[in-house]
Amino acid sequence: MTAAARSDEPAAGAPAAPRPGPAPGRNRRRRARRRAVRLQLACLAVTVYMALPIYLIALAALSTRDSLNQFPLPLLPTHFSTETMRSFLSLVGVVPGFTNSLQVGLTTLALSLLIGVPAGYGVARYVFRGRDAYQLFMLLTRALPIVVLSVPLAELFLNVGLYDTLYGVTLLHTALALPTTVLITSAIFVAVPRDHEEAATVFGATPLQAFGRVVLPQALPGIAAAALFTFVTSWNEVLGAAILTLNRRTLPAQVLATLGDSPLPYRFAGGLALVLPALLFVALMRKYLLSMWSSTLR
Amino acid sequence: MADIVMRNLVKTYPGTRAPATDDVSIEVADGEFLVLVGPSGCGKTTLLRMIAGLETPDSGEIRIRGRDVTDLPARQRNVSMVFQSYAIFPHLRVRQNIAFGLTVHKVPKADIDQRVAQAADLLNLTDYLDRYPAQLSGGQRQRVAVARAIVVNADVLLMDEPLSNLDALLRLQFRTELKKIVQELGATTVYVTHDQAEALSLGDRVAVMRAGRVVQLGPPIEVYDKPAEQFVGGFLGSPPMNFLPAVVRMDGEGAQLAVGEQRLTAPDFLAGYADQPVLIGVRAENIDVTPEAAGAVTAKVVVLEPTGAAVLITVQLDGHELKVQAPASFQTEPGKDIRLGFHPDRMRLYDPQSALALATA
Repeated sequence: MTAAARSDEPAAGAPAAPRPGPAPGRNRRRRARRRAVRLQLACLAVTVYMALPIYLIALAALSTRDSLNQFPLPLLPTHFSTETMRSFLSLVGVVPGFTNSLQVGLTTLALSLLIGVPAGYGVARYVFRGRDAYQLFMLLTRALPIVVLSVPLAELFLNVGLYDTLYGVTLLHTALALPTTVLITSAIFVAVPRDHEEAATVFGATPLQAFGRVVLPQALPGIAAAALFTFVTSWNEVLGAAILTLNRRTLPAQVLATLGDSPLPYRFAGGLALVLPALLFVALMRKYLLSMWSSTLR
Repeated sequence: MADIVMRNLVKTYPGTRAPATDDVSIEVADGEFLVLVGPSGCGKTTLLRMIAGLETPDSGEIRIRGRDVTDLPARQRNVSMVFQSYAIFPHLRVRQNIAFGLTVHKVPKADIDQRVAQAADLLNLTDYLDRYPAQLSGGQRQRVAVARAIVVNADVLLMDEPLSNLDALLRLQFRTELKKIVQELGATTVYVTHDQAEALSLGDRVAVMRAGRVVQLGPPIEVYDKPAEQFVGGFLGSPPMNFLPAVVRMDGEGAQLAVGEQRLTAPDFLAGYADQPVLIGVRAENIDVTPEAAGAVTAKVVVLEPTGAAVLITVQLDGHELKVQAPASFQTEPGKDIRLGFHPDRMRLYDPQSALALATA
């Protein structure tokens, strides 16, 4: 890249000067610019594709109810109002659903990291009999549709008294999130050189100290990614939560159950209430995902 | 007295049949600089890792300072190590990296600061203490790794090819510096390298390894001048030792070596090997291109390679290629015949079957 940039410098210095014959340097530069523009456009398109629905939901949820019936629909927040949101939040079960969701999400996150991180470390560092089979087996839980899993689970939970408890939902979500947690963290632990651990032990660290002082800090971005994925998985999971609970619904399950026959504005409000916390969580985790010290990951 | 005693160390990695180290016994004296050298896969790194406590031998015993450490974990052996990859921690600043061993051992803060400053000064790292490793060049990272290793004042300093990731010029510079630092520290040092020049220039003693065994152990000059096996002569030195098949012949004046149709004066001890084939091993610089004696042979020049200080001549003699080092002023050209003198005292003789040096007695 540097060689190409250097050869272009003279052309940049005298852009207006007419050149005899073709100017390969300038052509190359124009092509590079065009490629950069196209890349920017592609990024923009993806961003719009992702952000537009969120914007529309937010707009609908934060506008007056009358404005939603206008034609054509105003695309700018001209009729700002929190009325819809407020009445949604005052709906029976919404606030408890929200706290339930938060509780289930965070407990799932803690539980799956507690089990998944050591498992990922084991898979990354040790060769043991059946390691490949173990990894494949873990992925199998994702191969079954949640509906198929939920019904027998509901029966099982009914028998052991876990039905309609947040703990049961947490267990289901942990089971769903664990395979990815293990796979993501093991990939991260593989990327932390074994030398570093060995160096730590040679310089006097116990295995636990070596892990805590040397391996874990380097693995944090990956663990954050796994945490993010786990939380969002749990937050978005509807079917299992809807089947396994009656009165202690998580927010998506609550929305699914009660808003199916509610007026349109409430649905928008529900959608926004579901999207926002997940977005917030992503924003919080972002700085861990874009690594903290390494310039190579950026 | 931080001496190291290795006794009958055998280690076979799971899944491999040939042992990585095969019955290795070496004693390293207090303050000695021992270099383990050999081609890749010869077991030198395995040996080092067993001293460090990163591998456990299948059998045998390691003693450091008279204490049996064979089954002790690395952290209890009071050793320190410079890794080939440096293994400095990317999430810690240079200061914390160097201090790592001291921090883990809960040395008082003031003491740590003072010792880190000292080590940083010794390795010219003072200006970089607050940087992260990613902001350092390869040579500076190397220095951090060395500083981290020497700051703990361990009994034993282990180095696993510490210079192999540096470019040629930097390697040469740092080699000298490293030797100076280690001399000042006086720590018992075991140094692994595959670079024969490094081995010869650094070590008080050099252990040449091959296929898990120590082939020869001795001071660098002795190992260089008197290789115990054909392998050692061929591995050490640049260019490596020349080997030339010959047959011992007796005539009126004493033993002679017949190379094709030509004859060389043989060392006297060869009288006992009459009519047996031998392998002559001779270093490029020990072949005389301006011989006076009549015992010289004629060879055809193939290639001339001036190296600046000298000229390296590849010649053909009886169907074998030899490397000859001549003074830079020596005039010849490819295709010409030149006379080569072999001094009987400066050649080694090997059994062509076993590749071992013949007994000189």
